[in-house]
Amino acid sequence: MSLAVIDGGLQTTVQDLGRNGFAHLGISASGAADSFSLRLGNLLVGNAEGEAGLEMTLIGGKYQFNRDTFVSLTGSYFLIDLDGEDLPFYENIHVERGQIINIGPSRDGARCYLTVQGGFDIELVLGSKSTHLMTNMGGFEGRPIKKGDEIKFGDARQDMEPIRIKQAIEMDCSTLRITKGIQHEWFDPDAWKLLQNNKFTVSHTFDRMGVRTAGQSIKTIKDTEVLTEGIPAGAVQIPGNGQPIISFVDHQTTGGYPKIANVITADLCKVGQLMPQDEFQFQLVSMAEAESLRLAQESFINDLKYSAP
Amino acid sequence: MKFGDEISEKLHRYVFSLAQYLIENPIEEIVNISPGYNSVLIRLNNKYKIADTTEMLTAAVKRIHPSSDTQRQIVGIPVCYHDEYGVDLDRVMNHTQCSKTEIVDRHINGKYLVYFIGFSAGFPYIGGMDETLATPRLESPRKVVPSGSVGIAGRQTGIYPLSTPGGWNLIGRTPLSLIDKNHPENSLIKMGDQVQFYSIDLDEFDKLNQHP
Repeated sequence: MSLAVIDGGLQTTVQDLGRNGFAHLGISASGAADSFSLRLGNLLVGNAEGEAGLEMTLIGGKYQFNRDTFVSLTGSYFLIDLDGEDLPFYENIHVERGQIINIGPSRDGARCYLTVQGGFDIELVLGSKSTHLMTNMGGFEGRPIKKGDEIKFGDARQDMEPIRIKQAIEMDCSTLRITKGIQHEWFDPDAWKLLQNNKFTVSHTFDRMGVRTAGQSIKTIKDTEVLTEGIPAGAVQIPGNGQPIISFVDHQTTGGYPKIANVITADLCKVGQLMPQDEFQFQLVSMAEAESLRLAQESFINDLKYSAP
Repeated sequence: MKFGDEISEKLHRYVFSLAQYLIENPIEEIVNISPGYNSVLIRLNNKYKIADTTEMLTAAVKRIHPSSDTQRQIVGIPVCYHDEYGVDLDRVMNHTQCSKTEIVDRHINGKYLVYFIGFSAGFPYIGGMDETLATPRLESPRKVVPSGSVGIAGRQTGIYPLSTPGGWNLIGRTPLSLIDKNHPENSLIKMGDQVQFYSIDLDEFDKLNQHP
């Protein structure tokens, strides 16, 4: 009982909410690049919100279901059909054994999630099913899935009422809200002005480790390196060339670039949806504001409302 | 949590004590801890409240007792400094104006402390290298550094436990496998350990080789 991979798309990996508790051993958390969308996807098919799903990047791929089940599609809108019929997002969808889902290119953001009732039967590595690509850890053989793979479904089969999420899902990726980073004082008011008043473009070397950007060059008034220290996902690092790099889910656990700012937790999901060439701006908010936005996002997920499709 | 602005054994004791304390006394809100040279980064879950957490962490810092007579494990690491593995020895020779023999001798004679494990699974940041060996990182990192490679970056030395990208100057390779990905807590080299490098030749390397 599995999902047969006919075409694995550009970069499709198994991801849950990450491998926490091992950063002090150099092991990055990984997990879904847009955990908000993965959580909604799981809830729609009756899973625990942290179950593993397939994370697809820019182009999804082609898959055949080897049993009847329920699936959902969340995140960015990719062109998707099931045996030629268009499929809706943010709903649970009944699929039948033998049907083929074709997930084409994205129409807006970088990533879309396919979740399945019962999740995927993938061996836990250090408590998580997430794939860490650089070290080939976890997930499906530690790598993106490809043609010929068979990904086993988890054990669950029950009938579901068709539902969709009632609230509007809005994700404006043109603004990333930030709080001050640990080296914020290494940057003078002019540098801060440049950071906030200019648009940055996502470069082509974007991956799950970090999002490189191009824009006005931001310079420190101190050194270009700090003593190596821990990096959080979402850290806005300024390397010697002054072009910000946002550390991301597969980031190295420590590093030496000064961190001018941190993307707030509630906006990390947006980082996972940025595509090469996308333009965005940074907007500084207070810690208190960041906290209330984070708690509001948690409440949104906890109090999710459904209606008939 | 930041403890100062230098690389020193004194600061390391604070970092070590706090990291150890938080690992041994887990707090629900904490999902990850990343020690560095002079800091411990603490990652919290999505449900924490800033005020409660600040209080909790301040209390934790008060409870740590950095001690100067910590018993340290001494780990012997064989390294083959042959050109086959020390692919950047020439670069280090040019930069430091040391001969190859001088580089190997000085690298072996360092009094090394593992300040923390960072970057990627099991990578030890080792301080205490002879300063005359200090060499800046490569201008552009390699896409693949083979597992076991021993490198120099600035005044630090380190070992790549897994085959990953990396920008350190490679001066040799250890045949020992440092980490089991399924049991990273049992790594050969841990934070706070002392490391003693010793030189082996190509034949000994092949005999001891644990890399795939």
